[in-house]
Amino acid sequence: MQLASLSGNLLYFSFVAYLVATLFFGGAVKGAKTQESYKNNRWRKIAISITIIGFITHLGYFITRWIASAHAPVSNMFEFITAFAMMVVGAFILLFFLYRTPSLGLFALPLAVVMIGYASMFPRELTPLIPALQTHWLTIHVITAAMGEAILAISAVAGLVFLLKNIDLTKRSKQRFWLESVMFTLILVVGFILSSSTFAIMGYEAKFTYINKNEQTAQIVYNYPPLFGMNEYESLTPDKMTPLAEMPPIVNAKTLTTFVWSVATGIVLYLLLRLILRRPIAALFQPFAKKANSEVMDEIGYRSVLIGFPVFTLGALVFAMIWAHEAWSRFWGWDPKEVWALITWLFYAAYLHLRLSRGWEGEKSAWLAVIGFIIIMFNLIAVNLIIAGLHSYA
Amino acid sequence: MSKIKCQCGHENPFGTVLCEQCGRPQTDEARESKLIDMRYEGSARRSQTYKRSIVDKIWNFFSSVKVGINIIIAVLVTSAIGTIFPQKLFVPATTEADIFAYYEKHYGFAGTLYYKLGFYDMYNSWWFIILIGMLGTSIIIASVDRVIPLYKSLKKQRTKRHTSFLKKQRIYAEGVVADSNSSFDKAEEKLKELRYNVKIEEGALLAEKGRFSRWGPYVNHTGLIIFLFAVLLRTLPGFYVDETVWLREGETRAIPGAPGYYLKNNDFIIETYSKEEDAAFGQAIDRVGTIVKNFQSDVTLFKDPEGGLPGQSEQMEFVKDYSITVNNPLNFDGFNVYQMDYRLNELKSMTFQLMEKTTDKSFGEFTVDLLNPERLYELNEGAIVELLEFYPDFDGVEDGEPVTKSPIPNNPAFIFNMVTTAKPEGEKSFVAIRQTLETNVNDYEVKFVSAETRDITGLVVRKDKTLYLLLLGGIIFMIGVAQGSYWNHRRIWIQKGDGNELVLAGHTNKNWFSLKKELDKVKLYADLPQYEDRQETKFDDDGKKGDKS
Ligand code: HEM
Repeated sequence: MQLASLSGNLLYFSFVAYLVATLFFGGAVKGAKTQESYKNNRWRKIAISITIIGFITHLGYFITRWIASAHAPVSNMFEFITAFAMMVVGAFILLFFLYRTPSLGLFALPLAVVMIGYASMFPRELTPLIPALQTHWLTIHVITAAMGEAILAISAVAGLVFLLKNIDLTKRSKQRFWLESVMFTLILVVGFILSSSTFAIMGYEAKFTYINKNEQTAQIVYNYPPLFGMNEYESLTPDKMTPLAEMPPIVNAKTLTTFVWSVATGIVLYLLLRLILRRPIAALFQPFAKKANSEVMDEIGYRSVLIGFPVFTLGALVFAMIWAHEAWSRFWGWDPKEVWALITWLFYAAYLHLRLSRGWEGEKSAWLAVIGFIIIMFNLIAVNLIIAGLHSYA
Repeated sequence: MSKIKCQCGHENPFGTVLCEQCGRPQTDEARESKLIDMRYEGSARRSQTYKRSIVDKIWNFFSSVKVGINIIIAVLVTSAIGTIFPQKLFVPATTEADIFAYYEKHYGFAGTLYYKLGFYDMYNSWWFIILIGMLGTSIIIASVDRVIPLYKSLKKQRTKRHTSFLKKQRIYAEGVVADSNSSFDKAEEKLKELRYNVKIEEGALLAEKGRFSRWGPYVNHTGLIIFLFAVLLRTLPGFYVDETVWLREGETRAIPGAPGYYLKNNDFIIETYSKEEDAAFGQAIDRVGTIVKNFQSDVTLFKDPEGGLPGQSEQMEFVKDYSITVNNPLNFDGFNVYQMDYRLNELKSMTFQLMEKTTDKSFGEFTVDLLNPERLYELNEGAIVELLEFYPDFDGVEDGEPVTKSPIPNNPAFIFNMVTTAKPEGEKSFVAIRQTLETNVNDYEVKFVSAETRDITGLVVRKDKTLYLLLLGGIIFMIGVAQGSYWNHRRIWIQKGDGNELVLAGHTNKNWFSLKKELDKVKLYADLPQYEDRQETKFDDDGKKGDKS
């Protein structure tokens, strides 16, 4: 148990390190007057050093947790997302040393920070492995797939920097709208983290029994004030809020409640920010992207897909098929999770082919990279929590 | 069609854009453009050359990357639609009517529509299969269209290129240096140090590396085609076996799909995590409840003896003992047997005793094997119990007759005839769980004593002859993508002009930054004219685009 708490502290340390490093990358970008000093200044060196220290402690978290639970810590949402965040930082470090541009760090590290924050909203205790997961293929498959996805994520970061730099935010346009939508989505994630941790700190709990899809009685605990009730719910904690509406059995009202709370918090947060700033949120970040070189960002975007695509293929398709063959007797079963890995793969294949034709560099590529990341996140979050949730009604 | 003869004397195939040997542009378009398209070295591709007949049109359609991308996107979108609601495969219903009812009940109108449009079985639908077929066709045609001319022109390229070829490269420099001969020699030295393959001919230098990476896409497409071919093979009969077998503890059965092999289930085990043994997981166990640690079937594999008659199970030969767990299938002779499912506590046998009602006197116990019940049970003092009828899965009475739902002993019921010396003609009694019916009032009764249960394991038997082909396709694909992604084909041309003039050009199929970095190193060492990247300022003309900070 001591190892487990050491592991938690290491992760906490990395979280802080990434925050601090972000500030230094900000300094490196802001402080630079010319391209030359932009490339070579003290802030940048400090920033990357702190990033590497954070990465090492993150790795320390990963290893100690591995030892404590005796299996690779990639077996539930918390573990997977923190590992993914670690690999995003790793991929960033790799591309930083190839291209040495601090603008990338300024956006990649906050992404890692948000991810760790998001991951921490899920149960954090060590969980044992169910029989299907007891194999080295799990470790190999998940780690390789996450590595591939992390490298692909850097492409989206580069794309975002490119877009922030090149889209004119003073005029109304489709591009401005969509860029702002991306910002809005990020704020929704922050909304989830905020609302979830608020109720967690308050220790909110509302318990219900309900009748599930298979017409059996089951129990469920909400950590948010229940806006929606499960099918034929009955409260076990009558002093807590009564749900506003009852859902049919196929809808997981608890997930829906969490979702609505997070979105509502996100919207409030977004509107507040807009009121205070009096301009699009993207405009807040734009100055930080201005010093970036669009050529370099485009190149990083393409290069990271080139580096990440083979790794992703190996992890998310080849190793996944081998494992599925060992565990479930078939290498492919059209399960939603598998299909979404295939979709991700096809998407990046399309990206690579589009790059072969003229006119797809720059802004179009940048958009594609951002969409690719959205697909990856969709597979990680929505497919796990919503689509798969329909089948395995937990 | 006639060949195109270049000024340099080389005869190029019809349709060539850049001379295979010297690189001179052969078409007006290529002559006029500022930068030439180097992707396929300006070689004569069938799709760009022949456009008349139907065959040409089909060829050109499938060889277009745009069409290819559209097919990929179409597969992507249909796949995604298939995940909106669960596929037929995951729906707990077997008949079409039940399946339809399921979608209607759970997803309302959207579900009805989903069913009606056939999206509930997306991945087996004819249009999905056609899309995959088109994808395969496109990959094959597009690759053949390009790889052959590309191979030829890369092989034939000469070291010395015409200046019109060099002038139209993205990286280009011309200028006078202090001593062109020394610069030339030093450049050669440095380029070799950077692991370029350097060739020199009449004051011209060609440094090349990573040409093999150009074959990456074709290698990976070959892998994909092999994979798709293997998937196609699986649909033919005989290429793969997929059977389910339920084995009770203690039972031996022929393995379906694997003639001559038998499997005995010695024991089925479920283990769960306990807080004592797995202390680290205490919290999780508290939160979730039971978490399964292991599903395991301890089995023994037998086979028919060599040369023996099949099916004579007394003569089975022992092959091996094995513990099948979820990630460890039993392997033999190309077959795999997987742990897939289980049922616990099926009734195995029931033990009764025959009693005289008034005195509670027992004539002894007898045990009915519920799978192979015997007809007669001889007890003490000459008493006999005869099993007249047996209903393994008793489901009430229809038309005055008891009926059974299935042959599985879920709810056994019996009609016994109890014969004793006092009642030699016997008394009849209907016995089911927690109930006894008698037509007349009997003196004797059969009383339930105990029951024995056992577990059943659900195993899946698979044999897949295409597995190695699939794996081969996967490996070739991986080699191809790595080859094309992690290496680049870089070329640098340096040619001496009049006096101390030098001309330099560079090309790479991707990753221009690394090419430029290497060129910088060469330039620093060898004193070369400063090159220009004619695409550098494509995006950034800073200042113009509203920087408000
Ligand atoms: C899922 C299917 C496919 C995958 C995974 C795939 C994969 C790839 C990859 C990884 C590359 C290398 C890209 C690069 O290095 O930038 C490539 C190149 C290429 N692919 Fe595909 N491909 C697929 C389908 C297709 C289809 C349907 C076509 C049909 C037009 C096609 C035509 C090409 C061409 C023409 C190239 C460029 C070859 C070259 O540069 O010499 N691919 N493909």
